Amino acid sequence: MTVALAFDIGLGILLLAVAGWAVAACSTYAATIAFIVYGLLLAIAWVRLFAVDVALTEAAIGSGVTGMLLLSAAARLRVIEPAAVAAGTPLRIAVGISCALISVALAAAILFPPDVVFTLAPAAMAHLPESGLGNPVAGVLFVYRSLDTLLEKAVLLLALLGVWSLAPDRFWGGIPGLQVYRQRNAILIFFAQILPPLGIMVGIYMTWVGADHPGGAFQGGAVLAVMWILVMIAGLRDVPPIGQRWMRLLVVVGPVVFLAIGLAGFALAGAFLGYPAGYAKPFIIVIEVTLQISIAVTLGLLAAGPPERIQPQ
Amino acid sequence: MNFALNIFTVLAVAAGAFFFLAGTVGLLRFPDVLTRLHALTKADNLGLGLIVLGLLPHAGGLLGALKLIGIWLLVQLSGAIVTQLIASLTRQDGSRA
Amino acid sequence: MNAAMLFGLCGAALVGFGLFGLVTNPQPLRKILAFNLLGSGVFLLFGVIARRGAAAGLGADPVPQAFVITGIVVAFSATALAVALLLRLFEATGQATLSADDAEEDSR
Repeated sequence: MTVALAFDIGLGILLLAVAGWAVAACSTYAATIAFIVYGLLLAIAWVRLFAVDVALTEAAIGSGVTGMLLLSAAARLRVIEPAAVAAGTPLRIAVGISCALISVALAAAILFPPDVVFTLAPAAMAHLPESGLGNPVAGVLFVYRSLDTLLEKAVLLLALLGVWSLAPDRFWGGIPGLQVYRQRNAILIFFAQILPPLGIMVGIYMTWVGADHPGGAFQGGAVLAVMWILVMIAGLRDVPPIGQRWMRLLVVVGPVVFLAIGLAGFALAGAFLGYPAGYAKPFIIVIEVTLQISIAVTLGLLAAGPPERIQPQ
Repeated sequence: MNFALNIFTVLAVAAGAFFFLAGTVGLLRFPDVLTRLHALTKADNLGLGLIVLGLLPHAGGLLGALKLIGIWLLVQLSGAIVTQLIASLTRQDGSRA
Repeated sequence: MNAAMLFGLCGAALVGFGLFGLVTNPQPLRKILAFNLLGSGVFLLFGVIARRGAAAGLGADPVPQAFVITGIVVAFSATALAVALLLRLFEATGQATLSADDAEEDSR
């Protein structure tokens, strides 16, 4: 029993306890806060699994922005909280037994792994120097499986369109209903003036360093999005109406540039999303920078929600 | 020299962990929102500060050390801001702990 | 018993918790939360597969890690859309319930 194993066991127990609390908590508020805590602990677990890029993504997007979304929804739905009818005990027992069976089956798959471990790590590392990248996860995201990243960005865009389409017709093109502090809160304004310059620097650094070390466009974009959300919540800047041209341009510049480079790959390298030999790094940098801008604006708009009014306050 | 640095790290991190433990005990046992916030700030400032101090010899150069200190300052900033916000809301609405 | 196996068992348990919460919690927001728990449990299982594939000087196989990053972003998109739908349902009808019986009962 080494110290590292003891730490892992403690972390695992804490993770399960906080997750159990998130499922079983009485009030939705408590469950949401438990979920945010769970996300941060999960990020530590990812570091223990030697997946630091995933840890950054989990802390930023999985726990941070998702937690913020759930918290604001829980605040809005607090009025109808007592009216919910709990599920009956026989149903809970039956579902509990089925879920336990599923967990046991998955645990058996973990405890008795196949003898031959199939890994793509050597293949990923073999061609990495040609692309100019030092981070193998960035290599998988932007070179080997760049189609997945392009489609993932398209999914984000579709989700944004879905959220916008929930607005009533008369508010189309209007201002999203992000909950802003009604009174001018001096503490929050101070925070929103001090933190965003640092946050923007950290976000750009995370994307830039993602080429060689853990980081990347998604993590950096999430940090930028959160800085923008902070400025909007503090009331320093108005939430922009969704009909604004510059904002729609920023949302689509990432996937459009990615798609254009992909189509140019037919001419330059003979395949969709192929990079010309020796020039991969500049293309990847252009993709990452535009992708980060798009992700930042898209995540901020997803958190802001569908338009709810036309007149600025 | 290495041995002395390791002893220093262990002592500083242990002291920081003690402050985190004290903060958690305060969070669980204090009766009121304001007193619990007071306990939490001890963990943020002193606890994290001692842990960062203990990790500085192993930080890998001046840049790594500056990043660690930057993390401590940012955690202090966000902790102080959130504490002030919660406390001012508690004073306005009455304790809803 | 190493870290990978330990977190794999955690992931299996989290899948169970998330599924239980998804089915038995009556409130849609709690269901969305449990769905996120379920997703993170599945991602942990991916992470264990990645850790087991450590080779070529890396700590973990990078391909499953990239899948998990993609999965986290897609799960967030789904959560954002689900929360927006839920809030719209709440604005339009005054309840946030998926059951027609409960809605009828409350409006009577």
